[in-house]
Amino acid sequence: MTVETAKHRELGLTDSEFELIVAKLGREPNDVELAMFSLLWSEHCAYKHSRKLLGRLPTEGERVVMGPGENAGAVDVGNGYAVAFKVESHNHPSAVEPFQGAATGVGGILRDVFALGARPIAILDSLRFGELDSVRSRHLLDGAVRGIGHYGNSIGVANVGGEIYFEEPYEHNCLVNAMCVGIAKTEDMVRAAAAGVGNAVVLMGASTGRDGIGGASVLASAELGDGDEAKRPTVQIGDPFEESKVLECCLELLEKGLLVSLQDLGAAGLTSSAGEMASAGGVGIDIDVAKVPLREADMEPFEIMVSESQERMLAVVEPAKVPQVLAVCEKWQTGGAEIGTITDSGQVRILRGGDVVGDMPVDALVDGCPLYDLDPAEPEGWIYGNRATLGPGASAEDELLALLAAPSIASKRWAFEQYDSVVGSRTVRRPESADAAVLQLPESGNAIAVSIDGNGRRVACDPYNGTIEAVLECAQNLACVGGEPLGLTNCLNFGNPEKPGTAWQLDRSVSALADACTALGVPVVGGNVSLYNEGPEGPIYPTPVVGMVGELPDPEQVAGSAFAAEGDAIGLVGPFAPTLAGSELAKQRGVLDAGLPEPDVAGVAAACAIVRDAVRAGQLASVHDVSDGGLACALAECAIGGGIGARIDVAPLRDRGCSPEEALFGEGSGGFLVSGDSVTLERLGAKLLGEVGGTTIEIAAGDRSLIVGLSGAESAWRSLPARLGIN
Amino acid sequence: MIWGVLQFPGSCDERDALHACSLSGEARLIWHEERDLGDVDAVVIPGGFSYGDYLRAGAIARFSPAMEAVAEFAAAGGPVLGICNGFQVLCEARLLPGALLRNKELRFTCRQVDLVADGPISGATGNLSAHRRQETLSIPAKHGEGRYYAPEEELDRLEANGQVAYRYASEHNFNGSARDIAGVTNEAGNVLGLMPHPEHAVDPLTGSTDGLRVFEAAAAAGARA
Repeated sequence: MTVETAKHRELGLTDSEFELIVAKLGREPNDVELAMFSLLWSEHCAYKHSRKLLGRLPTEGERVVMGPGENAGAVDVGNGYAVAFKVESHNHPSAVEPFQGAATGVGGILRDVFALGARPIAILDSLRFGELDSVRSRHLLDGAVRGIGHYGNSIGVANVGGEIYFEEPYEHNCLVNAMCVGIAKTEDMVRAAAAGVGNAVVLMGASTGRDGIGGASVLASAELGDGDEAKRPTVQIGDPFEESKVLECCLELLEKGLLVSLQDLGAAGLTSSAGEMASAGGVGIDIDVAKVPLREADMEPFEIMVSESQERMLAVVEPAKVPQVLAVCEKWQTGGAEIGTITDSGQVRILRGGDVVGDMPVDALVDGCPLYDLDPAEPEGWIYGNRATLGPGASAEDELLALLAAPSIASKRWAFEQYDSVVGSRTVRRPESADAAVLQLPESGNAIAVSIDGNGRRVACDPYNGTIEAVLECAQNLACVGGEPLGLTNCLNFGNPEKPGTAWQLDRSVSALADACTALGVPVVGGNVSLYNEGPEGPIYPTPVVGMVGELPDPEQVAGSAFAAEGDAIGLVGPFAPTLAGSELAKQRGVLDAGLPEPDVAGVAAACAIVRDAVRAGQLASVHDVSDGGLACALAECAIGGGIGARIDVAPLRDRGCSPEEALFGEGSGGFLVSGDSVTLERLGAKLLGEVGGTTIEIAAGDRSLIVGLSGAESAWRSLPARLGIN
Repeated sequence: MIWGVLQFPGSCDERDALHACSLSGEARLIWHEERDLGDVDAVVIPGGFSYGDYLRAGAIARFSPAMEAVAEFAAAGGPVLGICNGFQVLCEARLLPGALLRNKELRFTCRQVDLVADGPISGATGNLSAHRRQETLSIPAKHGEGRYYAPEEELDRLEANGQVAYRYASEHNFNGSARDIAGVTNEAGNVLGLMPHPEHAVDPLTGSTDGLRVFEAAAAAGARA
């Protein structure tokens, strides 16, 4: 075996993949080429274990402006404007260094959105950590929240919503998924495909350093003959100020019509940007690494090509416009350098001055990676652990307080107050005031609702039904503020797909995502896959995270989740028939098991339409989706939000066959807890449960009836800072 | 009324400030490299992270050509309103007394707060006559370095001169500012800085319109000075 073949294994390529590369090149790749192939043929770039599955997702829709394959998806919001959005993971970097990992995750997703020519207007995030009693989890939580805040606040994009869950299987491998939403004039949007033989390739933004050289560190040590350099941190360092400048620079360049195409530099740096632009445009590209502005003078060509230095963008520019482009870069005090040319060769050629140091066919490099079939096998029963924290003798009151204090359910104000939620003057509903964030769009005269949702524990119980529920929950959250879904983005966070059990989870989950989106008529306009999320104890809970953007005709007609007035009737809309399977209560009792009941997708869709129309007509005083912790927790949240108590009877759920504790704490899709005028609620088909008023939360539920003071419920729900050791 | 809103690399709230100003007149952006403010009647230094604020908030922006022009404009009695980072820049430029330190919890915090306008004090020169005395305003605050600090004797002097423009209402001083001070003026009363963001409180849909009163007060203070 030659030295080269040993290197390819350390870079993550299999022997057969290496042989395929040799066959496609007609020779063995040199170090530059091997480094580039190893990155573009990685799971992260090539989606080699997921691409076949992703073909199942519905991507077409009347309002779709850009779908999968672009830097982000985009949907039409009227009056010539489009909203671009995408969610992406930065899990592994955040598990190593949470502050910079999460910060650069935000930076990366912002670039994906402004690469289309859209101005970012909102960030949302979906986070997963181990249980809060772990020092590591608290460290990761604190770092990730600070990092997200640092980047988003500094760049002036409002962080309007998100979710945080704490579960043992994320102890070693936390999840940090960030979503960005932007707005653009549809006619000014730009695609990533390179075009125009002879056009210049311009690299903008930060200079290129050795940070983030991940898989290629093997080559670094081989060449330098010393292991130290290989141990440089592979987590990138974010510079939101640089990003702010390059963002404004790119938007000004696009407004002036100076760019042919634009692409951000993310994972695999110049290698993936240049390769993907050439591939999408069906052209070749020459890159001269000697022209790339560097942080360290002695960088090798392969280091320059694979560096993941942040805050960089790659543009294709007509030669005559290059001076104007560089002038705008100078105005914004950000880098701008012509580093290459679009060619008709069909090759990616890497030059250093006059020397060719790499020369590969674009189609081999970008699209040549073999795609693998999964080998799924359903595992038997519940493969994750159980840990009881609530004794069997707990009263219903104890259970309600324990659920409200559960870190996954408790108020996340501690986290979201560290984010600027108001910059941009669009935020009509701030975090925790409604089930979805609402942003007004003066450009198009309407508004959008945005939500991001995942429920790893329930997907772990049942990958198919759990994933259906995640999509339904997101749609329900939009309905709560009167929003109708326009499009969906997703991030599939799973373990090692080469293991049959994980493969089965992934396979079932993607099918469910496809089926739920088809049933709701919501196209998938983009997404991201993050695999190999495992710790020493095994894989994470399978965690598909979905983000949806919906449309509201009138930002003045938006409901909140808090009870509004004493004497309002409380009702339940939707086919909600909860069980304890996969619930927070089942977790606390330590009785989690495989299997979830099948959700009534058509019934939930119909309930969403009823609620949406009622909100738009201003008929509801409050609306809240029934989610984690069941009806009792939803009721408590509405009451705490409004500072008013409530008294209900769960008899309508008993009529659906629920036991008292299922009615109180059971979970499942399709429940909207609404308040307002009783006649109006009945006309909407709501089952009347009770009335807003008083200073206690009283629930009649047979032998599990309970009364809890509002202030006690609120203290439990607001206990997160105390559990973090903060006042 | 023509408002000029400064824009530095790293400014975040300049477009929102521009919009807020446009509700009470004409408004235009002034690029940080401009040495000439043109014919503006009032200047707003907006929020954000000018030049990244990696050194110390406002420490670099104070040296910009536009800030030299603002110093001359202020010396001639022109009204200047600094919001958040703008307040920090004005303190760094010594156009306002005191300094803004890191919040007592050492965290960035975004929260709707109640502000109490100190309002006219008989005999004082600097306070904002446009506000009713003890008028309460609901305005968002969002910053990591907003803890107002000045030596005790300086604080006494500011209070005696009526230079304390706004205080956080009881329970709303999350950053630990000395004497609950949220905003101050210079001695002449034409330069006003505050940490909370009046430009984000000009639309009932996004929470409050109380911020409009701050812009009115700032403009009126300049006219009087």
